[in-house]
Order: sequence, then structure tokens, then C-alpha cells
Amino acid sequence: MALQRLFAPLVLRAERRLPALTRMKPAEALPITLHRRRIYIVPSAYGIAFAILLLVMLLGSLNYGNNAALLLTCLLAAVSANSMLVTFRTLDRLSLDAIHAGTARAGERLELRLVFQGNGREHPALQLECSGHEAGFAVGATLPTEVVVPIATHRRGWISMPRLRVLSRYPFGWFRAWSWLAPGARMLVYPRMEAAGPPPPGADPLDGRRRPQGDEWAGLRDYRHGDPRRHIAWKASAHAESLRVKQFDQPDSTAPWRLDWFDSGLAAHEARIARLARWVHEAHAGGHVWSLHLPGASHGPARGTAHFHACMRALAELP
Amino acid sequence: MKFGRAARSTVTPRAFTLLCITVGWTLLMHAGHMPAWLSMPLALVLLARWVQGRGRQRPGIALWIKLPLVALLVVAIISAYGTLFGRSPGATLAAGLLVLKVLESDTRRDGRSAIAFAFFTLMSALLFDQGLIGSLLVGLGLLPALATLRALQPGAPVGSPRRELLLPAVMLLISAPLALTGFLFVPRLSTPLWGGASGPEQAPTGLADHMTPGNFTQLLVDDSPALRVAFDGPPPPNKERYFRAYVMQRYDGRSWAVVPARGLPAAIQASNSIAYRIDLEPNASRVLPALDVPLEAPPGAHLSRDHELLVAKPVDSRRSYRMHSALHYRLEPRLGQRERRRDLQLPRGYNPRTHALADAWRTRYGSDHAAIVNAALKLFHDGGFVYTLSPPPLGRNSIDEFLFSTKQGFCEHYSSSFTVLMRAAGVPARVVTGYQGGYWNDFASYLLVRNSDAHAWSEVWLAGQGWVRVDPTAAVRPDRVSLGAAAAAGGDLPWYQAGWARVVRDQWDLVNRLWNRGVVGFDTLRQQALLTPFGVRHADWGTLAMILALGCTLLLALAGALTLWRRPPRDPLAAAQRRLQRRLARLGIVRGASEGPRDYLQRAARALPDCAGQLQALSARYLWLRYGESAPARQYVRDYAQRVREFRPRAVAR
Repeated sequence: MALQRLFAPLVLRAERRLPALTRMKPAEALPITLHRRRIYIVPSAYGIAFAILLLVMLLGSLNYGNNAALLLTCLLAAVSANSMLVTFRTLDRLSLDAIHAGTARAGERLELRLVFQGNGREHPALQLECSGHEAGFAVGATLPTEVVVPIATHRRGWISMPRLRVLSRYPFGWFRAWSWLAPGARMLVYPRMEAAGPPPPGADPLDGRRRPQGDEWAGLRDYRHGDPRRHIAWKASAHAESLRVKQFDQPDSTAPWRLDWFDSGLAAHEARIARLARWVHEAHAGGHVWSLHLPGASHGPARGTAHFHACMRALAELP
Repeated sequence: MKFGRAARSTVTPRAFTLLCITVGWTLLMHAGHMPAWLSMPLALVLLARWVQGRGRQRPGIALWIKLPLVALLVVAIISAYGTLFGRSPGATLAAGLLVLKVLESDTRRDGRSAIAFAFFTLMSALLFDQGLIGSLLVGLGLLPALATLRALQPGAPVGSPRRELLLPAVMLLISAPLALTGFLFVPRLSTPLWGGASGPEQAPTGLADHMTPGNFTQLLVDDSPALRVAFDGPPPPNKERYFRAYVMQRYDGRSWAVVPARGLPAAIQASNSIAYRIDLEPNASRVLPALDVPLEAPPGAHLSRDHELLVAKPVDSRRSYRMHSALHYRLEPRLGQRERRRDLQLPRGYNPRTHALADAWRTRYGSDHAAIVNAALKLFHDGGFVYTLSPPPLGRNSIDEFLFSTKQGFCEHYSSSFTVLMRAAGVPARVVTGYQGGYWNDFASYLLVRNSDAHAWSEVWLAGQGWVRVDPTAAVRPDRVSLGAAAAAGGDLPWYQAGWARVVRDQWDLVNRLWNRGVVGFDTLRQQALLTPFGVRHADWGTLAMILALGCTLLLALAGALTLWRRPPRDPLAAAQRRLQRRLARLGIVRGASEGPRDYLQRAARALPDCAGQLQALSARYLWLRYGESAPARQYVRDYAQRVREFRPRAVAR
């Protein structure tokens, strides 16, 4: 007990000073800025080979009493020693400011966009390693840089951010500096979709596809990127400051789809989720109004992207 | 910003071009000692590979092309040098293999190993020339090599070519102090670990220990420095600048040769001596030239019977030695019988007309040897002799032909025929070779003696005077002795000896001398001399290693500290507030440890009713700047600091 009390501050100190060495390292909050306590640097294999070459050159120039060659060897050795500091500087002050995760269904690759910031220093020739994937990138002194890393997903639900390693061999490849990052971000993976199956009970699968746009006049709104050109109200736009777009609504003629956990016609837990995921996807693609009924929670009826993501999220979070 | 593994491992076009430049430069550095029929094809191979591979798609070279090329290279080197081993063939092989390595530079790994090899090959070029220019050019090769390594880094930004070279140049510059520390304190080897110090194959020409009239011609047109002399006092006049190398006694009808004489140096009576230091360029001979008659031998050399400075090993590296010499002396006042016989020796059956002439002098002047010498000098002066560096060839009775028919020659011919004449007339005489004259560098006060200043003269033994120097060449062309060999050879002054060019040449030679003394000739002795002022009497291997380690550690620690140091974020607002607190503290209003800025300034306002209004305004301003704004505009902060500076609180008058 007394021993533990003696060691506790030591361990605490070690964890504070050498965060990457402790295996049970807690996740860190963003932004994570690299500094000397978390940057490790060792000679690379090429660096060791080069050191041996330098030794041979040193012996050769000493043996032949050739001082010019000795000066050249010393110069190269000094450059290599200083390149260690440059390698360190390449990582120092780099910070990971934000992580944007895309959406992916289990089995697909989830694209993570990592935003790095230079904090007033150029960081040329960096490499990012993340769960078997490698990417090379460079970060400027002021502008943030985005690096896209796809990570493989296997099952639905929350996954935590894998450990990242940022490394650099800049400038000459003689030293390798790296730092481990454990950002405390979590990403949601949507459930896998059933490949094919029956339509939801009481739904006409062709219903949505016949009139995907809808034709009931609903009003005018501002132009948004991606609007079809034939929907632009040219006359109205001529009077207004900006482009106006005619908006149409889907006629609410069909009844909302009711997607029910107990009506899925399957018994297996994951198979049910996969079927519901397909139905939700079809309903969203078809522009329908739908409601999702799960044990313990109901969503909708509604439509639109927000509703779609809420439903997928509910499905992903099912036990 | 995505790179697949395959794309990452290929050499980018920029890196490939830089690699080709590096290899081309390295080849150029080696071209000097390679036969042209070997270097030109290698350059063509490199150029062809660059043209073929500089695009984004770089087709590989098939093995059936690469292997025969390597075999061809080996065969070519063996046919050129007869072997693969040794300095020249080895360096040629390295340069050739480096060029062929470029044929195989598809992955980054290939590129990196090619550059490592290029470093080694660049260094080996210094084995052939470690002069200032050569070393600088080799050092320049580091720039593209380092730039290649940089461009090989995945994700390295591709800039303009000048930007690519910037980082290597900056790195070389900031590494100079560390490199210099290493260079100064790396313990030198006292004996080489393997092989001879440097092979004789490349040794520059110097004076030989035998002389055949006509074989100086190579030397006399060689304008490279032979030695540099710095005198402690004023330099001797030009006509006394005779640097003795070899003394030759044996004559076989064609050539003169040194007779290795045992015994102590011959007796000399010198009235005064002159002290000087000589920096000798390597010349592959076993003799150290010394002014006139050296009085003692520097360390590592010994003084022969005839006052030559002989060394055991040929001088194959720059050598520096201090000397004392006599300019006015009586050398060997008593000549022994054996020596007299030796110095009168002549081969039988040669040069009958010369012997006839000498016999005539002998009957005419009898034992007045000085008169015989004068008669001979008069003959050279008035006999229609011509000084030329390209004399006609001579046959069997070479002295007869020279004296009576061709009458054209240079110092070797004159000293040789003069000595033969003297011996035939019964005057003990011998030939001395060495250097005469030299060029006085006013700028740095030293005498530069070139190989073209090589000279041969005679010494005759006169009763009562000992050995007396006689320079028969001076009788033909006095300006040879007063101006130098090049001038005496006739013709106009070359452009590089006129006016301003002369000044440039002086200073250039000075720079070369500094390089040779400071870098090339920096040996164990200089290392010792460097440490003596710091109280290190005898720096052995261990001491040097310790100083080296200490110096490198200090410099690296300094560089490391500069790298790690972060400028603490400046907070002008806090600085202004500290100033305000200092001013108030002087009046006894000290801020408590747990007191916030508002409470503190309110308390101050109560204590100082005179400036209560000012303090309240400052307080409000501060609170707004500190807590009201996330990033207050800089001019507001400056303005606040200005107000604090202008605020002069006065104690309350009670």
C-alpha cells in the first residue's frame, strides 16, 4: 500500500510526460497539438546504413591522410546530425483540429476527413498511418489541410477512432519522427442493407418512381446549388435580387409507409435490421413519407434527409 | 492528397532529374583521371537514360541490357589500367557503376542507395585533387545530392529548382560550425591502417636524383607551385635564391647521378645564417629543397655529407619545415683524397674535343683554378651560346656537340658541360640541382617557387674557399638568374604576368596557400599547436576524442535548444497591467494573491482619491479588453498601454 502510494505520482508523472508510451492512454480532446513530449525520433534503416557509409568514408580519408575528404565527411555528418532537428521540426507544432466523418454502412469504407493545422510553420512531407492505411500530405503554415482516410467497417453501431500515427522522414530520410494520436472521436456505422426482399407491407414500390419530383405548386424560394435549371422562375428572378426557383411539393396522395419491427417478416435480429434499413432507404429514395416503429421507439411519420438519418441512427444503435 | 503504395514508391520526375544531375556532376569530378574513351560513353549512357526516363512514365531497363553494360565496364577498366584494384581503376569503377545504377532507379529505395553511393564516389574524387578549386567543386556536388534525397521524400512539395536547392544549401551552411569542430578535433591516424599513403602512380613530377641534359623540359614548363618560402627576416636578393636539392658527382658520359655518401655532413664555416620556413608541395622525390646550404636537418630528415636534406619516404603529401641556412660560408675547406678523386671522375673515351680544350687551359693557367673557371664562363658568355628550352638532340659525345656545334640548351646543358670542362681541367667540380629564383608575393610576404624554377648549376672546389657555386647559365643569360626561367626563355610576357592580372594571381596564390596550410596540411602537429594556447601540452588520442565529443555535444545542444525553444506568447495587455501594478505597489498598494483586478483597482481608487477617476476608467477599460472581447483589436490594447504609461499616481498628501 505504501509502495503504491510511492509509485502513483511517478506513474502519473510518466503518463504526463510520455503519453504515447502508456498503453491505456486515454483519448484526447481535439485539437491535439504535437510537441516535444510526444514526438519520438529514431534513425531510419537508411540512416543507419548512411552512418556506416560515413564511418567508411571517415576511415578512408584518415587512412589516406586526405584532409579535404575528411572535411567533406565531417560536413556530411554535421548535415545528418542537423537533419535530425529538421525532422523533429517537421512534426513539431502540427495540430489535428477536427475530424469530419462521412456515413457508411457496415462493410463499406468510412471516409474520415482529418483537418490539420500548421500553426505558423510549414510541415512538408508528412505521412499518416491509420489502421493499415497510409497517406502522404503536406500542411502549410497558415491554411488548414484536409486529409482523407478511409477506414474499414465491419459491423453497425458506434466505433471509436483508431489510433493514428503521423510520421515524417523529411528532409533526407535519415531519421524517422513520429507521434501517436488518440483523438476521442466516435463514428456511427449504419446497418448493413438487405440485398433484395419484399417491399414493405402496404406500399407500392413504383409509386414514388412515377413522379419523383412532384408537380403541385408550392411557392418560390432562393436558388440553391444543384436545382434543376427548368425550375428557375426567370420572370420572378428578373424582379428579385437573386435567382428564384419554383418549388413543387409531392402530392400527399399516398398513405405514409409504416415500417414496423414486428411486420418485417423475419425472425433473426440482424436480418430484421437489414430489412428495415433497406425499407428506410427505399422510402427515402422514393420521396415517401414513412414512419419507423422499433421496440421502444417510433420515428415519424415524416420524410427528408434528417428523418432518414434519424431512422438509420436508431437502427444502428439497436442493441 | 491520397497516395497509393505503388505511387509512393516510384521516383518522381523531379527527383529523377536531380539524381541525374548528381551523378553527372560526380562523373565530371572523376573525368580528370579517367581516359576520355571511358568517360564520354558513360556520360552518353547517363544522358540517354535521362532523356528516356524523365517523363512521368519511366520504363525500366531490361536486365539483358544492364548486365552486359556492367561486364563491358569491367572489361574496359581492366584494358585501360590492367587491374580493377588501386586508386585510379577503383575510382573509375565506382564512377562507372554509379552511372549504371541510374539505369536502375525506379523505386525510392534505388534512388536513395544511388545517392549514398554518389556521396562515396564524390569523396573518392578528392583522392586525386584536394586543391581549393577541386574540393569546392566536389563540395558543390552535395547540393544536388541532398536535394535529390529531399525530393525522394513522399509528399515533399515540388518547388522551383532554386527552391529545391535552398534547403540543402541552408543545411550545409548551418552545419559548417559542427563540421569544422569535427574536422579540427578528429584524431588523425599516425600510420595508415592499410596500403601506402598514396600511390606513386599519380605523384606529380619533381626533381630526380639523376640528371640527363634535356630531361628538365617537362618541369620547366610546369607552372604549378613547388614550394613556398616565408623568411623570418628580409628575403635574400634574387641572385642568392638558390634552393639546393641534389648534389650529383657521378658522370657516365650521358647522365649525372647522386653518389650516396656515408658519413657526417662536410665541415662548414658559416658567418651568419638565415631562418625561414618552407611549405613543400608533394613531389615524389626523397629530398627536401633548402636555401643554399642548410645547417641542420628538420625532424624526419637527415643532412647528407654534401648537405642535402634526405628523407626516407618520397614526399607524397604537403610538408612544412623550418630551417636555418648559410648564404656566406666556406664549405668543406679541406678536400680529402677520396673525395677529390670522386669529384674529378670522368668516363674514358668521351668528348675528345672538350678534353683537348681543358688540357689547353690547364697548361695555360696551371694551378690557378679560379682563372680556369673564368675562362670557361668567358667561353659561355662570348661563344655564341643560346638559351632555349627546346635544344636540338645530342649524340654520343654530347658535351663536344653542345660546346662546339649546337650551342643551344638550358641550365642542364650548361651546368653539365661546365662541370665536365672543370673536371677535365683538373678542378674538382659537381652538379647541383634544385630551384632558383621564385616569385616574391608582396601581398603576403612569401616566396613562391614554381616547378618551372627548377635549375641546375655547378660547384667547383677552390683551395682556400671550399665549394664555390658557379652558375654557367647566368653567363649565357644573366636574366635567367635575375628574372626567372620563363622570362629567359624569350618571347613576350604572357598576359597573366602583366599588371592587374599579377595582383589577382598573387592573391589567388595566397588563398591557395591558406587552403593548403589550413586544410590540406592540417596534421597532427597543427592539431597540437591549436591546443597548446589552451594549456593542453600533449593532446593524445583520448584528449582529442574528449574535446571532439564535448564540442559536438555543445553545438548540437545549442541547435537543439534553438529548435525546441518556443517564443512565449506575448500578451501586451498583461504587460501593461503589470506595469500599472508596479506603479501602484510603489505607493504601497500591493495586489493580494487572491485579489481580482476589479477589487484591486477599486481599493486603489479609494486609497488615492486624487486619481480615482483615472483608475476607474482604467479598470473599466481593462475589464472590457480582458473579459469583454475574445480578441481585442491590437490598437485598443496599444492605446490602453499608452494610458497606463501616462498614468502617474501620486501619494495622498496628508
